[in-house]
Amino acid sequence: MAERSFKAEVEDLRKGAGETFTGEGILAITKALLENGVGYVGGYQGAPISHLMDVLADAEELLGELGIRFEANANEAAAAAMLAASVHYPIRGAVTFKGSVGVNVASDALANLSSSGVNGGALIIVGEDYGEGSSIMQERSHAFAMKSQFWLLDPRPNLPCITKAVKDGFELSEASNTPVMLMVRIRSCHVTGTFETRDNQRPTLSVKDALSNPQSDFARVVLPPMSFAHEQDKIRNRWPNAERFIRERGLNEVFGPKTAPVGLVLQGGMYNGVIRALQRLGLADLHGQSEVPLYVLNVTYPLLASEFLEFCEGKDQVLVIEEGQPEFIEQQLTTFLYRAGSTVRLRGKGILPMAGEYTGQVMLDGITAFLKEAAPQMLPALVRAPNADKPQIPDLSKTVPIRPPGFCTGCPERPIFAAMKLVQKETGKLQISADIGCHLFAALPPFEIGGATMGYGLGPAANAAFDGGGERRPVSIIGDGGFWHNGLSSSFTNMAFNKSDGVAVIVDNYYSAATGGQDIMSSRADNPTKATKHPITKALRGIGIDWVRQVDRTYDVGHMRDVLREALTTDAPGPKVIVASSECMLNKQRREKPLAAKAIKEGRRVEAPRFGVDEDVCTGDHACIRLSGCPSLSVKKLDDPLRDDPVASIDQSCVGCGNCGEVADAAVLCPSFYRADVIHNPSKWETRLAVFRTRIIGWLQARRAAGRLDFGGPA
Amino acid sequence: MTLQETLSPKAADPRLNGIIKLAILAVGGQGGGVLTGWIEELARSNGYAAQATSVAGVAQRTGATVYYIEMAPHRAGDPMPVFSLMPAAGDVDIMIAAEMMEAGRSIIRGFVTPDRTTLITSTHRALAVSEKMVPGDGIASSAEVMAAAEIAAQRFIAADFDALAIANGSVISAALFGALAGSGALPFDRAAFEAAIRASGKGVDGSLRAFGAALAVAANPVPEEARPKPTAVAAQVTGPARLMADWGKLAARAAALPAPVADMAMPGLRKVVDFQDIAYGAEFLDRLASVMAQDNAAQGWALSREAAKYIANAMAYDDIIRVADLKTRGRRFDRIRREMRVKEANLLHLTEFFHPRAEEIVGLFPAKLGARVEADPKWMARLDRWFNKGRRLRTDSLRAFVTLHVVGGLRGWRRRTLRHAQEQAHLSRWLATSLAETNRNYDLAVELIRCRRLIKGYSDTHARGKSKFDRVLAATALVASRPDAADWCRRLREAALLDEEGKALDGAIATIRSFA
Repeated sequence: MAERSFKAEVEDLRKGAGETFTGEGILAITKALLENGVGYVGGYQGAPISHLMDVLADAEELLGELGIRFEANANEAAAAAMLAASVHYPIRGAVTFKGSVGVNVASDALANLSSSGVNGGALIIVGEDYGEGSSIMQERSHAFAMKSQFWLLDPRPNLPCITKAVKDGFELSEASNTPVMLMVRIRSCHVTGTFETRDNQRPTLSVKDALSNPQSDFARVVLPPMSFAHEQDKIRNRWPNAERFIRERGLNEVFGPKTAPVGLVLQGGMYNGVIRALQRLGLADLHGQSEVPLYVLNVTYPLLASEFLEFCEGKDQVLVIEEGQPEFIEQQLTTFLYRAGSTVRLRGKGILPMAGEYTGQVMLDGITAFLKEAAPQMLPALVRAPNADKPQIPDLSKTVPIRPPGFCTGCPERPIFAAMKLVQKETGKLQISADIGCHLFAALPPFEIGGATMGYGLGPAANAAFDGGGERRPVSIIGDGGFWHNGLSSSFTNMAFNKSDGVAVIVDNYYSAATGGQDIMSSRADNPTKATKHPITKALRGIGIDWVRQVDRTYDVGHMRDVLREALTTDAPGPKVIVASSECMLNKQRREKPLAAKAIKEGRRVEAPRFGVDEDVCTGDHACIRLSGCPSLSVKKLDDPLRDDPVASIDQSCVGCGNCGEVADAAVLCPSFYRADVIHNPSKWETRLAVFRTRIIGWLQARRAAGRLDFGGPA
Repeated sequence: MTLQETLSPKAADPRLNGIIKLAILAVGGQGGGVLTGWIEELARSNGYAAQATSVAGVAQRTGATVYYIEMAPHRAGDPMPVFSLMPAAGDVDIMIAAEMMEAGRSIIRGFVTPDRTTLITSTHRALAVSEKMVPGDGIASSAEVMAAAEIAAQRFIAADFDALAIANGSVISAALFGALAGSGALPFDRAAFEAAIRASGKGVDGSLRAFGAALAVAANPVPEEARPKPTAVAAQVTGPARLMADWGKLAARAAALPAPVADMAMPGLRKVVDFQDIAYGAEFLDRLASVMAQDNAAQGWALSREAAKYIANAMAYDDIIRVADLKTRGRRFDRIRREMRVKEANLLHLTEFFHPRAEEIVGLFPAKLGARVEADPKWMARLDRWFNKGRRLRTDSLRAFVTLHVVGGLRGWRRRTLRHAQEQAHLSRWLATSLAETNRNYDLAVELIRCRRLIKGYSDTHARGKSKFDRVLAATALVASRPDAADWCRRLREAALLDEEGKALDGAIATIRSFA
């Protein structure tokens, strides 16, 4: 079960014509898919579209009612390949994953799909993970559309426009026999708003029905000579058809006065930011009525020369507002102007920065700079000559610490890296490659483990150059999510086939945890529609890896360290693989907390563990924190003039995972930690024993206390 | 040009002033999403159009994350306002920071400006890893952020909303929602806020309690001067009459010292007597007296004051006896029951994590025998075999408790142990080294005394601390004759506290070697 449940929101997906939907962008997209008669949906989770997968999973019942097939695909390539159903059959299909990394993985299938062309509408919903909040390299999915010739929508970021783009996307896809990618940015995915709903539509042909009447067409197969024909078809038919459709349906929008000396050309996704900048300059009103003409590209590929040149007519200068690099759109538009022999001056990158997110300030600065040059009379006096009378705000950039994401309280991965840090104290620094997933947080302090990440499922593959071994073995880390995504084939068969001497640690936390706790093959959960509980070790043995160690409680730091040491020193040939398994604490708590509360209420026996620190024993060297970094393990200043440094302290958010005690033991740290297990509803016998013990202990304590001075204090 | 007349500059649409821009900066897991949901619900059910966005992603995993809401009055049927999806520098009306340093971050990002921003922040700290992991004190300065906030914000509302929430059995999001209501920065009344909480239907009672408490605080901020200052009053000393009489004499001796020295000597005395006994306390005062003999009022007794502090710390070293003693006191059991909220009907199991090594065991031996054993690797290996393993002791059980109780009662034996001899020798050496500088360079003597701070921790950490201490002293010796020697000594010590491996210290030493 995913981290966030959408069971309540899914009811909104049943809304019919004339009703109003209020909610998040992701949900609105889901609703739009249902309204447009989609026949099958799938994808692979990852920010910012994880919730779309979660919504679909939670809506499986409704999907079933409508005859829609939902697949939680093994990876993005599998998701894109699924769109093959739309090649022959007039069935609408939609898949979702994150961009640009998901698109990278999917690109093989996308290229083949684009070459074959589609019959039913094929929609790829990409959550473009760019700018603030992004967890990946900063690239654009745009290039994939250009190279494979599929169309790219970038609608204005409000719910009516996004849902309209879903409808337009399917129709454009069918009109041009080309897959369409609908790009939504991080904030658009999570933006809230309202739109008017329509009735959900059953697919005209369901995937089930299609199986009763299978179809194939040799001409659709990507093989010579058809592949050459496909290329010609793209240029001669599909592209012009797409252009015609975009033009006739008015998918791109023009706002503002018809005539003006300047204009702005922007990606649909930039619209709100541009309007805000214009609002701040007094050039647009509350509802976005602009005094500067705007050409809004809700379709960013292909670009329409005729439409663009019309917009430019009568203008001296236009500014292209295109986020990300390289500036594909600007280059294309420049070419249009040049080929048309136009004298309109096109501005873009240079006035606006080439790289980085177009934040409110960047947008304001860019548009102001452009208007100052191109149409200064439009700007209010204040902007033309601003008063430089601002109070000096002290610079806090050296004071405020950075706060990158890290392991959650009680995370089962923490002890794995504590063990690895301890092993490295014995062996010296090791060559370590990492993968994608929560475990990548180990690269940050306090662990600083792992120096490279080459992609999802590619951790061990990224160490392939070192497979031959050396004085010390190379170590790679991969999560269970990455393992099933493509790690089994790309990383582990690679290791096995090449007789790698390396060590791989598979961090198995029972979920695809970093993306929101979705189930995967090796999840322990009962899932009515998915096959779970397939041990990773079995898969490893199946591909001929024999040195496999299963660790069932990662919190045992000493054991974890010993297993790692064994893997690094054993004489056994071939890959050494450790599967370190413990459940993601975030998900475990979500599941068990209510159960424990219920059990306590019902009078059943429950042990609630939590850790504490004896502050008199702690000397404030923080060695424990350098092996933990747990949010619940912090430091505090004591009200004691004799103490200089803050001491360790554990707050009430501690879940009693055990890492503190284990680390204190394995690393021989101080004895200041203790674990307190509070026993709710103890048995009678237990209580009696406790009373007996307490009496004797109390007597001993009282006797000693009577013979000494008592200074009060914490202990 | 006629064309441009149609484009003549105009004043901004006055309706734009109706847009309220509200940003929330939180740490992942603080419930920023819940707070955002409430604010949206509040706006929509009071005739406003509202739009919220967030950048969740992996930042949810304990990282800093931002939520953003815009709202404007809206009549049904009117076109929707165009809202921005992200806060812009200089354009935020209400900034809510769910943690002190996040308030600082919001100021850095330009979201807090004197012309418009109401800044509401919780003053509590959720320390970043970088602050917690340094061997010394790496905690960022909240005071700096407070000072900057006073300048940057038009209105500034700050209180520990986290503590308020916990005290009311809720979480910080509810308290911040209360603070928002109390600030009066939104044009909605209390009932409307509470309705939004009720509409969410989860943990309503706790949320409403925390909401109400925070509202009261934010609506009636107590000025800094009026806040009661917590004054540390040392607890009363109690005990048998015979000991109390002895203690009275010792305490009087300490109290009679010049004020700056007495301030440290008093807690120091309590610490060493608690560690050992009255006689040990007298020893402490004697040692201090020998320092004072070389010190005078002209220097403000700085040397003696620091000596009082660090001699006490050095005398009350961390041996097994002390740990066992502290772990078995009745007061500790009471404290843990309180902190863990153990109710009458519950039981408490208590597990301690000990990992004694041969060094600790041999430390308990009589000094001469201990020294011989310690010098014999075979014996040390044997002791390690017997003792060196992690021991989890259930101090609520009789066996473990009695074991520790007995060890904790070995105070009578302590003065004969190897560890005691070693600690005394180290103490004397350090004092002698430091005091030797008193006449030549008083400030250097003070700094050398302070270097004792480097020795802390157990086992490896203790060894590393000792080695850093030795290196700082050795490097200081190289520059001891320079007039700025004290400054160098301080710099070396501070460098030693920056990182575990001592990289910063190595750098500082290399600098010294380059000119000394």
